[in-house]
Amino acid sequence: MADAPFTPVPSFESHPSRYRHWRLTFADAVATLTLDIVEENGMRSDYLLKQNSYDVGVDIELHDALERLRFEHPEVRCVVVTSGQPKVFCAGANIHMLASSTHHFKVNFCKYTNETRCGVEEALAESGQRWIAALNGTAAGGGYEMALACDQIYLIDDRSSSVSLPEVPLLAVLPGTGGLTRLVDKRFVRRDLADLFCTKAEGFRVKEAKRYGLIDGSFPRSGWDAGIQKVAAEVVAASPARSAQGIVLPPMECVTDVDSRAYKYVRTTIDRKHRTATLIVSAPTSPPPANASALRAEGAETWSLRAFRELDDALCHLRFNEPTIGLVLVQTEGDAESVLAHDASLDGLAGDWLADEIRFFQGRTLRRLDNMSKSMFAIIGKGSCFAGILFELALSVDRSYMLDDPDGEVVVRPSVASSGRFKMQTGLSRLENRFYAHADQLAAALGALGQSLSGADALDLGLVTIAPDDLDWDDEVRIAVEERVSLSPDALTGMEQNLRYVGAENCETKIFGRLTAWQNWIFQRPNAVGEHGALTLYGAPESPRFDWGRT
Amino acid sequence: MSIDYSERIPNNVDLSSDKRLQRALEQWQPAFLDWWGDMGPDGWQADDVYLRTAISTEPGGWAQFGFVKMPEYRWGIFLADAVPDRRIAFGDHKGEPVWQDVPGEHRNALQRIIVTQADTEPASVEQQRRLGATAPSLYDLRNLFQVNVEEGRHLWAMVYLLHRHFGRDGREEADALLARRAGDPDNPRILDAFNQPCVDWLTFFCFTTFTDRDGKYQLAALAESGFDPLSRTCRFMLTEEAHHLSVGEDGVRRVLERAAELERLDPNGDVRKHGGVDFATIQKYITYWFSYSIDLFGSEVSSNAANFFASGIKGRYREEELDIDHVALTGTYRMSTPVDGRLVDQDVPVRNAMNELLRNAYIEDAEKVVVRWNRAMEEVGTTFRVRLPNPRFFRRQGLYAGLPFDFEGNLISAGEFEARKTEWLPTDADRAYVTSLMHGVFDHGKVANWIAAPKRGINKMPADFDYVRRDV
Repeated sequence: MADAPFTPVPSFESHPSRYRHWRLTFADAVATLTLDIVEENGMRSDYLLKQNSYDVGVDIELHDALERLRFEHPEVRCVVVTSGQPKVFCAGANIHMLASSTHHFKVNFCKYTNETRCGVEEALAESGQRWIAALNGTAAGGGYEMALACDQIYLIDDRSSSVSLPEVPLLAVLPGTGGLTRLVDKRFVRRDLADLFCTKAEGFRVKEAKRYGLIDGSFPRSGWDAGIQKVAAEVVAASPARSAQGIVLPPMECVTDVDSRAYKYVRTTIDRKHRTATLIVSAPTSPPPANASALRAEGAETWSLRAFRELDDALCHLRFNEPTIGLVLVQTEGDAESVLAHDASLDGLAGDWLADEIRFFQGRTLRRLDNMSKSMFAIIGKGSCFAGILFELALSVDRSYMLDDPDGEVVVRPSVASSGRFKMQTGLSRLENRFYAHADQLAAALGALGQSLSGADALDLGLVTIAPDDLDWDDEVRIAVEERVSLSPDALTGMEQNLRYVGAENCETKIFGRLTAWQNWIFQRPNAVGEHGALTLYGAPESPRFDWGRT
Repeated sequence: MSIDYSERIPNNVDLSSDKRLQRALEQWQPAFLDWWGDMGPDGWQADDVYLRTAISTEPGGWAQFGFVKMPEYRWGIFLADAVPDRRIAFGDHKGEPVWQDVPGEHRNALQRIIVTQADTEPASVEQQRRLGATAPSLYDLRNLFQVNVEEGRHLWAMVYLLHRHFGRDGREEADALLARRAGDPDNPRILDAFNQPCVDWLTFFCFTTFTDRDGKYQLAALAESGFDPLSRTCRFMLTEEAHHLSVGEDGVRRVLERAAELERLDPNGDVRKHGGVDFATIQKYITYWFSYSIDLFGSEVSSNAANFFASGIKGRYREEELDIDHVALTGTYRMSTPVDGRLVDQDVPVRNAMNELLRNAYIEDAEKVVVRWNRAMEEVGTTFRVRLPNPRFFRRQGLYAGLPFDFEGNLISAGEFEARKTEWLPTDADRAYVTSLMHGVFDHGKVANWIAAPKRGINKMPADFDYVRRDV
């Protein structure tokens, strides 16, 4: 099947009043998210979203709901995910959409949906919002994976609804949103039983699903609503009450041009000729909120949240809509003192739900940055402000170039923000990741937190990669950029992902690393996407034919 | 091979040579009898019923008739005789020898097909279990029970396949077939039409005409299967199924004929005034059950159907005997598809249209039934003619599901459909009226007022023979 022409994702924003696929309703501390997809409402018109199957448009709304639940509805302690359609919860990612999408779109789609699933787990870990999957019909593939991201899974006992991961037997690809990993690493399903489950296309109904630990419980149709309500009530009763008054997340303001996106604090500019994007984050221009009520009053306008919401949005646009841009030059500008002051304000309010939520959001955005499939260089030059949390940007990227400024103006100011507050997916801070197994270097770097460091100092401490002086600066940076964009984008992506993350694996790193690596290989292989591949022929009259060679 | 009745489970599959299988089925047998006791016909279990029992799979003389108490009916396992050197007739494996064992890669699909078919058998017995109390005659009562015991036999046929070929999963599915209950919201039968209540005899006749006819076409498609035991099972089941269809067709015809008689009796042609079922109501019941039954064929465009065909497990109606392209990889089928509020012709690959092709064969057959009913109407001198609705009308599955089509298949507004649906479909009042006519008539030679007497009896016995000898 030929790839569909490149279709940009027009927006990563949504709002419950505009949801086309979900309904978000509230009853005290319980929110219910109901998936009810109209077949014709897909992002492209070349497929129908049958059986509550989803595309990225559906996931953008889910992501929106996830963020709004945390910021706008902090009172919510239990989120019930269910379906508005009879007999089907969700059939997973739409196969025809996948089969007709470009490779880069498929990968970005998987990554984005994975980040959202991980966000569901973070909502519990960080904010005590416990998600319950109320499967009132069959959950197949990505549908069951959505459930696996939830804390508890209930399946209706109507003698026909089932849970399944049919990707391998039906499509010759893998479950793409962490299903395999979460089976064995999260739900602790025994590996051989998981093997049985993942090769049985129609999956298991209540009895076997319970026996194998694929679900936590079930209710018959007549007792379904009451049963789920009871579970939700128990979840609420078992978790501490949370603040009742949220803040509003307003629409993002962004001036766009063919080659640029300008938010208030974030700006991206595309250089198509050199396949490079410049991403600039600006420091705050106003003083930080003085106390919790001032923070509440500023709400989503406060720099610490607004700048990172904008950064998050800008990263999504770069990923999906700029497939040929291979290198992102990360820069900052403005007053470093102001950044540090805003950081300090949030530090002082630690324990306040909103201050904490903003911190968590910053953490998620930084992890989204870690996880870009593009090369990233930090360019630390005149007027920059890699201070406090913005220094984390310089620690996230693949390389950093810092001007060794004879005038002493260019400095970096790592702070307590780099001392372990913001973890990578591995659970390590970016400094721990950087100085893995070098305790002395880590100690030296930690000892320098709070100081203003020149290019030479930073180079000495290992906090930047290269620190040319002003004679070499322009050429060094130009040559580095030109060299980088000349290399194979595939090899670079693989190399970067290998180098960026050190240390032990966990559920999350496996989901992104191991699974997407295999999936991306399989997505390229003729057995899936060749002329006679299973994904290509899904729904077509012809049966797939495999190349039986095995590595 | 003749049937061995010396065994606990009559069979022509040499069951005694497979002790493990024999034991498994002998363990299932009491569970089946318990189910029959709980969910089979309500009453009459101790009475002698004049039933036919399969005694051979020879085309002529395959059955014998005699009085039996239903719980003692000899349910057994019968396969049509094997065709020597049979080859797969269609799909990607066309020309290869048929499979005597389940191929691993098609196991799940085959199991699902067999379970779905099997589930309809006990379901219809459950749906009909209270009908005996309101039978319009002993002849009809006997026909009901004949249909019931044979649905039970069909369950046995499918359970044999599950036990013999599908291991532990198959045995669990066989148990589950006895655990689901028609119409139980918490534990329903798999297909929707088999959870609809069957509370009156007009419904029963429509059900056996239209819903059992779906069974005939499903069985016929499975009789083409490359999985030979399934093919042989279905071929024999088709012999029995034919009787069920005639019970339905004959029943509806007799209700129509009685309506015509009563119409003549009344100066205003008011059938209801004389205790009959008026033509309009009969038509609505036919419309309702025809629409419900064609849903059973599944989506018009179906990748499952394409897979079943490609892998040689389910063919088309009369696949083997027709001179058609049996690979069906090329070629398209034109389908009227709703797009943005209107119908547009779209070409679908033939393999993906297999459900629709089977449905069309069914509709053609159903049209012939209507022709026969209307010939009868002509003979009794009434102007009324039965009509089938357009297949798009009142669908709950597939391309047209939930869309407002009128009786002729034109897309209309939802508002218009709501306003006019009582013209086409039975209302609560219609159902209440039909129900009000239902009273058991069990006296020798008597027939309820709303239905004509049968023209001839069973097995050359007179129509007014006491087919059920009540133990009073």
